Amino acid sequence: MEVSDRAAQVIAGLFEKATGQRFTEERFWRIGTTLTPFCKARGIGSFDQLASILARSADPELSLDIIDALLNNETSFFRDPNVFTQIDRHILPRLAASRQDVKRLRLWSAACSSGQEAYSLAIMLAEQAERWAGWKIEIIGSDISRSAIAKARSALFTQLEVQRGLPIRQLVGWFDPVLDRGWRAKPALTSLVTFARHNLLGPPLAGGRFDLILCRNALLYFSPERKHQMLEGLSLALASDGALLLGAGETALGNSARFVSDPALPIVYRSAAHARFTNAA
Amino acid sequence: MMKTCLVVDDSKVIRKVARHILEALHFNVEEAGDGREALDRCEAGNLPDVILLDWNMPVMSGMEFLRSLGASALPNRPKVVFCTTENDVAHIRAAIEAGADEYMMKPFDRDTLESKLQLVGVA
Repeated sequence: MEVSDRAAQVIAGLFEKATGQRFTEERFWRIGTTLTPFCKARGIGSFDQLASILARSADPELSLDIIDALLNNETSFFRDPNVFTQIDRHILPRLAASRQDVKRLRLWSAACSSGQEAYSLAIMLAEQAERWAGWKIEIIGSDISRSAIAKARSALFTQLEVQRGLPIRQLVGWFDPVLDRGWRAKPALTSLVTFARHNLLGPPLAGGRFDLILCRNALLYFSPERKHQMLEGLSLALASDGALLLGAGETALGNSARFVSDPALPIVYRSAAHARFTNAA
Repeated sequence: MMKTCLVVDDSKVIRKVARHILEALHFNVEEAGDGREALDRCEAGNLPDVILLDWNMPVMSGMEFLRSLGASALPNRPKVVFCTTENDVAHIRAAIEAGADEYMMKPFDRDTLESKLQLVGVA
């Protein structure tokens, strides 16, 4: 189906308004490829017809479905394995030492899509049962996509999804096969993770600050102003001595004065205020 | 240097699909139609970096091949990734116990195969 300029502008405007993400003209091609089968399945004959429905705000459910369809939900288990190696070798041992008195750990997988990152963290912690015995561990995954969060909560992944990044020993150790549907995370994992629909440009998640935040490959979709706004929000959500991890092509530097790079672990960002305090001490 | 993958499968179609993906991932690809043919190649010193191994094949199954390969005391044993329609936990556990490094359930796509090759350290 052809996408007229007017229809593209309406759909992009709806998407930007709901998510804060830029939907530049270079990404307009995604409207046609992603939404053509979507429209056909709903009996909508043209993108102009779709744009008219959206412009009248006549079908809020349809609007939400379109936003979900246009979001990039690319993810996989243990995506960028080096990041998980760094968490395992450096970040978790440091947190285990610094939180020894409270024995509480809160991890946030922000913009988690269908939850593979949150489950990867859960696997990592579950395999360190001895270290974390007696600790209260919370892993919270959040995303703006309601369909992605529904899938994450189902803990059910297709055969293709569990074969991307997840070693076979961990698949059979932490997932149960579900006939003809894929593999479902075992209760030992699902008991560690919760999921919430959340907009990174909105108010922070409830429940207290996080010791580790992973917010990877989300910033890149936002304008400099929105990046700043998002990083401000993340700084409010991060414990004073917590760690923030961004995607490989992303940086907090230049986008927010709230964070500094950890000199000992360059992939980690830490609170600038806390760094000033500890340096002064 | 290009790494070599030996695709062991009695299905020409699967070998062709695997070759197509592997060559796009810059692998040199060799093929064998059953476990015996693959074992003969290995025992003749023609060792690949990784073997993509079907389970059910005539002459010699993937499991028989893997056990023979383990018993053959070859230097630099190749990594072995099972690639099979057997997708139940019992088969997977048996493969791991027999020495498989990874296990891929058919059908697979490029992302899946690339991920498995990364997990065994050859991609």
